[in-house]
Amino acid sequence: MWQVILFNVTNGLIIGAFYVLMALGLSLILNLSNVINFAHGNFLALGGYLAFTLEPTLGYWGALVVSPVLTALIGVAVERLMIRRIYNRDPVYSLLLTFGLAFVIQDACRYVWGPNGLPMGLPAALSQPITESLFFITWYRVFMVTVVIISVIGLFTFLRNTRIGLRIRAGTLDLETVASLGVNVRNLRTFNFAVGCFLAGLSGVLAAGQIGLNPNMGDDLLMPSFIAIIVGGVGSLIGTLCGGLLIGMAAALTTVFYPAASEAVIYAILMAVLLLRPRGLLGEEGMMS
Amino acid sequence: MSRPLTPIRRRTLLKAGLAFGASQIVGAPFVISALGDEPVKIGMVDPLTGVLSALAQSEVDGAKYAEAEINKNGGILGRPVQLLVEDSANDVGTGVQKTNKLIDRDQVNVIFGDVNSGIAYAMSQVTNEKKVLHIVPGGHTDPITGTNCKWNVFRICNTTSMDANAVTPELVKKFGKKWFFITPDYAYGHTLQDAFIKALTKLGGTYDGDYLPINNTDFSATLIKAKGYKPNVLLNNMGGLTQINCMKQFTQFGLQKEMALGGALFELESIKGVPTDAQTGWWDMEWWWNQPNVPETVKFVAAYRAATNKTPSARDWFGYVAVHTVRLAAAKAQSLEGPKMAAALEDMELPPDVALQPGPVRYRAGDHELMANIFVGEAHPPKGDPNDVFTVAALVPGEQAAGSVADTGCKMQQPS
Amino acid sequence: MTTTAVAVEKPQLPVAQRYLTLIVIWAALLAAPFWLPLVGGYTALAGRVLVFGLAAMGLNLLLGFTGVLSFGHAAYFGLGAYGAGLTLRYLVHSTPLAMLAGTLLGGLAGTLFGMLIVRRRGVYFAMCTIAFGQLWYYLAYSWNDFTGGFDGLRDFHRAPIGFGPLTLDIMSNGTAFYYFLLAVFAAAVALMGLMLRSPFGRTMLAIRENERRALFLGIPVSRHIWMSFSISCFFTALAGTLYALLNNFADPLALHYSLSGYFVIMCVMGGMRTFWGPLLGAAVFVVLQDYISSMTVNWMSFIGTIFILVVLFFPRGLLGMLRRAPA
Repeated sequence: MWQVILFNVTNGLIIGAFYVLMALGLSLILNLSNVINFAHGNFLALGGYLAFTLEPTLGYWGALVVSPVLTALIGVAVERLMIRRIYNRDPVYSLLLTFGLAFVIQDACRYVWGPNGLPMGLPAALSQPITESLFFITWYRVFMVTVVIISVIGLFTFLRNTRIGLRIRAGTLDLETVASLGVNVRNLRTFNFAVGCFLAGLSGVLAAGQIGLNPNMGDDLLMPSFIAIIVGGVGSLIGTLCGGLLIGMAAALTTVFYPAASEAVIYAILMAVLLLRPRGLLGEEGMMS
Repeated sequence: MSRPLTPIRRRTLLKAGLAFGASQIVGAPFVISALGDEPVKIGMVDPLTGVLSALAQSEVDGAKYAEAEINKNGGILGRPVQLLVEDSANDVGTGVQKTNKLIDRDQVNVIFGDVNSGIAYAMSQVTNEKKVLHIVPGGHTDPITGTNCKWNVFRICNTTSMDANAVTPELVKKFGKKWFFITPDYAYGHTLQDAFIKALTKLGGTYDGDYLPINNTDFSATLIKAKGYKPNVLLNNMGGLTQINCMKQFTQFGLQKEMALGGALFELESIKGVPTDAQTGWWDMEWWWNQPNVPETVKFVAAYRAATNKTPSARDWFGYVAVHTVRLAAAKAQSLEGPKMAAALEDMELPPDVALQPGPVRYRAGDHELMANIFVGEAHPPKGDPNDVFTVAALVPGEQAAGSVADTGCKMQQPS
Repeated sequence: MTTTAVAVEKPQLPVAQRYLTLIVIWAALLAAPFWLPLVGGYTALAGRVLVFGLAAMGLNLLLGFTGVLSFGHAAYFGLGAYGAGLTLRYLVHSTPLAMLAGTLLGGLAGTLFGMLIVRRRGVYFAMCTIAFGQLWYYLAYSWNDFTGGFDGLRDFHRAPIGFGPLTLDIMSNGTAFYYFLLAVFAAAVALMGLMLRSPFGRTMLAIRENERRALFLGIPVSRHIWMSFSISCFFTALAGTLYALLNNFADPLALHYSLSGYFVIMCVMGGMRTFWGPLLGAAVFVVLQDYISSMTVNWMSFIGTIFILVVLFFPRGLLGMLRRAPA
């Protein structure tokens, strides 16, 4: 019995942690630039694939570090070339742009790496269960959660304690004022987008170890990220954090009693939030009106 | 920051683009008719993009190989054969649209498709209405040759009943009768599990299991439950990538020490996509390349490898058989009309160089299902050849595994 | 004229040009089964253009004329399709009733949902529409027993329509079905046109131009947006019922956000601020997609690039650019 309870809790944390990492990147980009990055799931896939390609030369740990950086750089290129031009326009254009981008990136992945699923090699140490009785918790899962925790702490520390972080937070509330204070808003946005893509790429490397690589891998993770943001409250990163953990836990707990409904519960939470507290758990009224 | 193109340049670009596009569309049909004989056209609709793309691509590869082979040997009814491939993108609307396009605009004589059973079914409604022969190479849902069978539809791959009935006796014999199922929660999963349960209970077995969402990625909860149940065999009925993930987590948790693993299909493309310790278990193959005792197969595999640089999987074989089936049907009926070819195909046996396996392989008249052998065996890490990941233990004849026509629920209605 | 009407007097084309446009469009549509095969098309393609065109024009009531972005309109399209399919399969073998059921299902879902999110704006509103759309997608592919699940809803087909002694055989006659689609399309488009010319339509334009000013003029903006949302969902749901009839099939992908994205690009590509723009956008998009996907397996790259190019270089769309030409 205790095994089942312990399992539920840890599994919920693991799934939730994963949604959190994805959703935070998406939320960062959304808050500052008002852009819904439809291609976020595809940046995730890109991160995973790049790690796969780099692994033979850099080893797993090298790939883990380098791949998100590369993904961020690709994000910078995309932002500079395309997204930058449409910031001040109607939001429909940014949606369409990232939507088209998602198609292009997905097809590029399929073209370069092929339509077949590819396995991602893990260091042997990570593939073992941590103890005999806790066989369902492999070191890899512990590792994933650790990475997510470090990333989240790192992100929040960065936002709170560095100047750029402060500017990003200020820009989320009022970008015009920040610009008039002499901050180079263009570079700020580029940097912010790069951080978002970095997080997506990191999620991709982690996901690759868990579920393997395929061109569509980002698609199934995009919607839970959206929902995590809406549930947590648009405009609030802590809200996104809570939202992601909440839906992860809910999905894991439902799997115990009624496995077929584990996805449904995420949508049920979405509807409940929209009905009862439309601004989200930690959202501020007027944030996105 | 660069400025957008000025309106004049933009419009010129647009006009030029439209003109070019129009010229392509208008020019194309006229070009084809200028070449020699009117070819026999086969339209193939498959999900070349999307989650099933790897399997679809193999089917197309096999079909194209057959097309080239047939054209070198006199074609169909003395005319060259032309394969027109369209992408259904795993979307029914697109699949139906492409089917209409192939039949109405391109005037194809035969339609192949789709790997996605739902799309295959929707397409069959169109082909049935337009009286075009329709071969389903790799769509597995039972009703296609069962409760929804149609006079113009023939299927090459197995039904879930065939797969389940073939592997169950082996699993029971080797490991035991207490089973645990992990099944995807949709039509294919349900019919497969029902077929397994029927076969298992006939041998006096017991079972438990879980239905999981189709795209489920985390199997921990259900694997823990399985471990608690202590079955002899765990049945992994998931498909595609979810099957791979389930296998990986199964071995990650060390469960292979406590129970055997098995199921219906674990295709070559999927086996190659898992790490070596997950290349395990007892499965059905609908066709397997490594048949040293069948000279036609050895020859075929060698030629295929030389031509395409890959080892053929069951999917390649499906595509290959489909095109040859058209040749054989046309030759027997001396016609390309749907009803005549369909009549010719009923109870037709495939010659050895098309069947590529022992024993009679024929299209059963009652339900239009191809009665091929089912290769039951064990998956394992590659031994030498990277494609040698499966060893056949038993060959179950299709007729034996399929049950009677009455069981399938097919009541064939002949064309009016 | 009311204050709002004066405020949004859009530049009208000269009368002759307007009538010419209408004549050209309807002539092309009416004669489609005849000229399409000559240029490498086929009648079912024209049917698909009409269905998607209607859906896009429905969306454009909200997007182009009220200035509100919904990126989840495929949900109502798909609900229309499933409503029609379920009626034909389980209830009664009647095409008009199926269409009514589907339209009501999609329209009412949209109306109810609109109530929930009407106070949100911009990007957040769009996010909610996407999430809501996915909810229906998820329901459709999981509820195996009722909707056929992942494999889609099958075993139904369009029923011939009886008009007293005459029967319109839309079941087996492709051309007859195309003209049936065209008739429904014409009726719907006429309704839309009437609506846009009414005071309500003028108010929508006012809201698009400057929401704050409209608010200050005493217009109940939220309520109008909700009504506009609701009406657009009804039209899109109607298009959905036609889609089910076209395919004799309803599948979950008709509810997916990628289809929503296609509808939006059709509006933008054709010209969001024009009436016929979405139809033109639908025609171009459907034909392009049909053509490109036959040429190459990498059609997704092309389609994605088209999205990007339209957004960056042709934001006003084809008709939008043509309108500006004289200037």
